[in-house]
Amino acid sequence: MYEQIAFYLFSVLTIGLFLVTVLTKNILYAMTSLAGGMVFISGFFFLLEADFLGVVQLIVYVGAVMALYAFAMMFFDATRDIKENTTSNYLVFFLGGMIALMLVIIFIAPIMGDNIQSMYPPIEGAGNAQSVGLVLFTKYLVPFEVAALMLLVAMISGIILAGKKMDNSLTTQEDIIIEKEEIIK
Amino acid sequence: MDATVLPEVTSLGVVIKAIIILTIISAIAGFGTYIERKILAFMQRRLGPTHVGPFGLLQIAADGIKLFTQEDIIPQNANKLIFQIAPAITAATAFIALASVPVFPDFIIPEFIPILGGTFVPSIAADINVGILFVLGMMAAGLYGPLLAGMAQANKWGIIGSARTAIQFLSYEVVTGLSILAPIMLVGSLSLVDFNEYQAGEFTEWLIWQQPVAFVLFLIAGFAETNRTPFDLLEHEAEVISGYATEYSGMRWGMFFIGEYANMITVAILASVMFLGGYNDLGFIAGWFIIILKISFFFFLMLWVRASWPHIRPDQLMWLCWKVLMPLALVNILITAIVMMI
Repeated sequence: MYEQIAFYLFSVLTIGLFLVTVLTKNILYAMTSLAGGMVFISGFFFLLEADFLGVVQLIVYVGAVMALYAFAMMFFDATRDIKENTTSNYLVFFLGGMIALMLVIIFIAPIMGDNIQSMYPPIEGAGNAQSVGLVLFTKYLVPFEVAALMLLVAMISGIILAGKKMDNSLTTQEDIIIEKEEIIK
Repeated sequence: MDATVLPEVTSLGVVIKAIIILTIISAIAGFGTYIERKILAFMQRRLGPTHVGPFGLLQIAADGIKLFTQEDIIPQNANKLIFQIAPAITAATAFIALASVPVFPDFIIPEFIPILGGTFVPSIAADINVGILFVLGMMAAGLYGPLLAGMAQANKWGIIGSARTAIQFLSYEVVTGLSILAPIMLVGSLSLVDFNEYQAGEFTEWLIWQQPVAFVLFLIAGFAETNRTPFDLLEHEAEVISGYATEYSGMRWGMFFIGEYANMITVAILASVMFLGGYNDLGFIAGWFIIILKISFFFFLMLWVRASWPHIRPDQLMWLCWKVLMPLALVNILITAIVMMI
């Protein structure tokens, strides 16, 4: 009973917040509703008694959206609306809804055919984190390590891109000369 | 803990617990401002509040009346909705984080009270088995309050404040996570109750003796997490007026500070449960009393540090977290793992 009420509440809130993310013209509303939606998604994990995954969702996406905020701060004036080229919200709504529906059908169709069965049933007595760890380090060890390697590659390339001339000052030599000339004048 | 079976936790008990946490922690937050001013004054050879009531005690009431009756100003160009909900985010997440830490001891409401009599009120409102991660995640989400407040208020000091929030978050978060990893490996659980039971007995069992590095790292990251000096970049008066809180007044401003004090208490509880033996009995001192002593000590430590140390710059915080504390935490994890394997 409570679970169903909570499920529908979280569903409506999540979909509503993500709709705001897509449709709004204000960068601050978009980012805030994105963050709120991510937090509500963790509610589904808690409903399914996957506490660990729920908390991980919370921590990871709070940090991730925080980084997005930083970019929004650099590129936009957060208190003003953004001028968009396509002004038709109905078109965005229709296309987004259709794509979402298609995705749902694609993923649901094979599952609807036969009854859902868990491939790796949870082990008796093992906690949430232990179950995730067991599957991650036995069945899915290779994808897990490959993902870790990809993140490492991304991090190193990021450092190289950003840190090429970190020892030099950001003001170029010409700027310094111009400044000096202005002082002399 | 005891062999006696604990009574069943009812939803009524949890609701009562939630109300108790809300009221008492809010009151402590108000009282905390008085204590903070008195202790800072004592350390800096001043008197602090003296005029209102005995020892200036009624200063809390005066401040409260001021906060409640002050005009609620919303700046002209601000994003009104976000500006209004930002303080609520800070206060709400601080109290949600308190839901899954043990705050006061279990007790049963006496029978003679009508309706509520006989209800069992648990020590933890929501006893989930990933308690530590949940608390840290919620406290991290609390930083959305300053971030949104700064961005919504159409004020340059506010924008600087929220940019510093992002910097602070990206700096300390990795240190908090890595520093508690080593104790978690030792205990083998993410539940605060398991942490408490792991350290039952004499004070030689406390995790601080096994993990002194992790304790210091967690404490430093905790200072950054609660925006206490020396890491209060967000509202550093000398540099950015009041940072994210520049345009706020009245109760909305007050909510930021209730949230901040609630977070201080949460960090104090986490540090005492994870490293200092939690709410186990120590000799002849009862458990519920010893944890209040520990929490008070950490609260005092935060004020002590504030009185003793200057602020640091944002780049110094990043340097400290990424170049000093994170390698230390990694080395600590490696050594712990090697010792555990042998």
